[in-house]
Amino acid sequence: MNLSPQTQLEMQRRMLRIRRFDERASKMVKRGQIPGTVHTSIGQEAQVVGACMALGEGDYMTGNHRSHGHPIGKGSPLGPLMAELVGKATGVCGGKGGSLHLADFSVGSLGESGIVGSSIPIATGAALSSKVLDNGHVSLAFFGDGAANQGCLYEAMNLAGVWKLPIVFLCENNQYALSTPAHTVTSGVIADRAAGFGMPGVRVEDGQDVLAVYDAVHTAVRRARRGEGPSLVEVITYRYNEHSEGLKLGTDYRDQAERAQWVERDPIVVFRQRLVDDGVATAEQLDALEAEVIEEVDEAVQFTNDSPFPDPSVAFKDLYTEPIGALA
Amino acid sequence: MTVMSYLGAIGAAQREAMEADPSVVIIGEDVEANVYGTTGGGKSRSDKGDFLQMFGSNRIRNTPISEEVIVGAAAGAAMTGLRPIVDLSYSSFLYMAMDQFVNQVAKNRYMFGGQASMPVVFRSAMFYGLNTGAHHSDRPYPMFMNVPGLKIVVPATPYDAKGLLRTAVDSDDPVLTFEACILWGTKGEVPEEEYRIPLGEARTVRRGDDATVVAISSAVPAAIAAAESLAEDGISVEVIDPRTLVPFDTEAVIRSVQRTGRLVVADPAHRTCSAAAEISAMVAEEAFESLRAPIVRVTTPDTQIPFSPSLEKQLYPSGPRITEAIRRVIGQPTSMPSHGARDMDQLATQAPR
Repeated sequence: MNLSPQTQLEMQRRMLRIRRFDERASKMVKRGQIPGTVHTSIGQEAQVVGACMALGEGDYMTGNHRSHGHPIGKGSPLGPLMAELVGKATGVCGGKGGSLHLADFSVGSLGESGIVGSSIPIATGAALSSKVLDNGHVSLAFFGDGAANQGCLYEAMNLAGVWKLPIVFLCENNQYALSTPAHTVTSGVIADRAAGFGMPGVRVEDGQDVLAVYDAVHTAVRRARRGEGPSLVEVITYRYNEHSEGLKLGTDYRDQAERAQWVERDPIVVFRQRLVDDGVATAEQLDALEAEVIEEVDEAVQFTNDSPFPDPSVAFKDLYTEPIGALA
Repeated sequence: MTVMSYLGAIGAAQREAMEADPSVVIIGEDVEANVYGTTGGGKSRSDKGDFLQMFGSNRIRNTPISEEVIVGAAAGAAMTGLRPIVDLSYSSFLYMAMDQFVNQVAKNRYMFGGQASMPVVFRSAMFYGLNTGAHHSDRPYPMFMNVPGLKIVVPATPYDAKGLLRTAVDSDDPVLTFEACILWGTKGEVPEEEYRIPLGEARTVRRGDDATVVAISSAVPAAIAAAESLAEDGISVEVIDPRTLVPFDTEAVIRSVQRTGRLVVADPAHRTCSAAAEISAMVAEEAFESLRAPIVRVTTPDTQIPFSPSLEKQLYPSGPRITEAIRRVIGQPTSMPSHGARDMDQLATQAPR
C-alpha cells in the first residue's frame, strides 16, 4: 500500500504522542498528580495507530481500560485528555470519566470501558446506526485478548455478521490478561473464531509494524464500507509496563528476556528507521517531530495545571438530559 | 375517543412513533412476526397495518436471542443517531443484559460528561400471575430504580400505556417500561389523536379522604376494587397511580397523605427494597407529622414465584389484601383470618423472625 509521506509522518506523530503522553501520565501517577491509576499503551502504539488511521474522520471507535492511546490515535487533542486524567473541569469528560472512561465524541470516540468487553456491543450499535441511516460510517471495537473470552463479543459478532454491519472487531492481543498468559485461558486462535461467524479473520503477527496493522485494518474497513459486513483482526503486540501503573506485581509472570526482545523491536524506533530508509523524512525532520510532540505533551500538562477542578455541583449534572427529582 | 386494549395502545404508540420519526426503529426477538401483537395491525401477519410491510426490514428487526448485545447495540445506536425501541419480551430476560443496562446505558451520558445522548426505550412485559413459573414472572423494576440514569415507567391503563410510551420515545434519556401482561387485555378509552403524558406526573385514580393507596401496575385495578368495596362501608379511599417510578411524583403522594393521614402502598414487586419500600421511606421522611398510623405495604412476599395456580395467586397484592391493609391503617377490625393477608404482608427476608 502506498501511503503519502504526510500520512506516514502523521502515523509517527500519533505513535509518539501516545508514547510521550503515557510516559508522562505514568510519572504523574507515581508522583500522586493523577489520582487512581492508569493503564498505558506503551509498546502497543503501532497497533493502536495503525488501526485508528485506517478509519476515516467520521468513523466510530470504542475501547477499553487501556484507554489513552485510542482517542490519541483517532486525533484527540492532548490537553483535555490529560486534564481528564487529573480530574479537572476542562477534561474531555468534565472530570467525571477519568482515565478508564475517556470519550471524545468530536473524533468519533464513543467511549472507553472499564468493564472488559463491555463496549463491544456499543460499537456494534453505532454500526447499526450507520447501516440504518446509510451514512457510510464504519465502527471499530478495540478489545484485548482478555475480552476475547467474553460472551458479548460473540453475541456482537453474530449480530454484526447476520446484519452485515460495517464494523471491525480489533483484538489487541498483548498476550496477557493482567498476569494471565492468553494461551493458558484461550482455546485455539482468536482470529480463527471469525470463521464460525462467516466473516474474515486475520492475524497480524507483527503488531509492532504500524503499516502491517494499517493494511489489515484498512482492508477490513473497506470491506465494511462496501456493505460487505464485519471482520475480525487480531494484532499480536506487547505492553512494556505493568498492567496498570502503580501495580506492584513485579515481573514474576513475564520473563525479562521476553520483554527485552519486544523492547528491542520498538514500533516507534522501527518506523522511524523505515521513514529514513524510504526517504520519507530525514533524521533531523524526525527529531523535530519528536520535539514538537514533547512540547505538545508539555502544553497538555500546562493546560491541565492551569485548569480548575470542577465545582462540586458538577457531580449532580449530566445524569439525565434535564435534571429530575430533587435536582430538578 | 376510541376503546383500546392495553396491548393495542402500546402497538398504536409504536406505530405513531415509527410514522413520526424515521430514526425510530424497533428491534427485538420475534417483532417481525408480531408475536406479541404490538408490531402489527392485528394478530395475523396479513392483517392491515403489519409493521414489517409498513416500515420495512431496515427499521423492524428481528434479533437473535442475545440480550446483552441487543441492549448494548441499542445503546450504541442511540448514541449515534437512532431512537430504538427495544422489545425484550419478558422482564425476566433483562438480567441477561445487566452489564449493558448498568454499566453502559445508565452511565454513558454521565461519565462522558454529557457528550452522549441515550434516546432508547426498553420495553418488557412482566408475566406474573399467569402460571409461567419462576423464570418468567419477575417484576424487576425496583432493581433498576437503584441505578441512577434510567427512567422507569409502569403503565396500568391503555391510556397511560400509549401516552407514556410516546413520551418515552421522545426522551433523550434511556427509559425502561415494565408492562403487566395480566393487564394486556384491559380495555379503556384512548384518544384517537396523538398525545403524550409527562414522566413524573402521578394520576389520582380516585379521590378519597380516609386513606391514600399508592398502587403500582396491576395493583392499580386491585386498589380500585378495594376502594369500591370499602366505599360501601362508608370508607373513602384515595388511589394514586404514580405511572412512573423514576422520575417519581413525590409531591402528589405527600399532598395526598397530608390530607388523609394514612398510607398503604401496593406493589407487585418483592417486598425487600421494593418500590413500596422506597415510597414508604420517602413519606416517612417528608410527611411523618401527617401520619396518623404506621404505613402498610402490600407487596409480593420475599419468596420465589411457584408454578402451581394454587400457590401463585395468593402472592400478589389483591383487592382483599389491599382492603385488609386499608382497614388496618384506619384502625378498623379486619375480617381476614389470622393467617391471611397480614402474615403475607410481613413476609420479608429482613423481617424479625
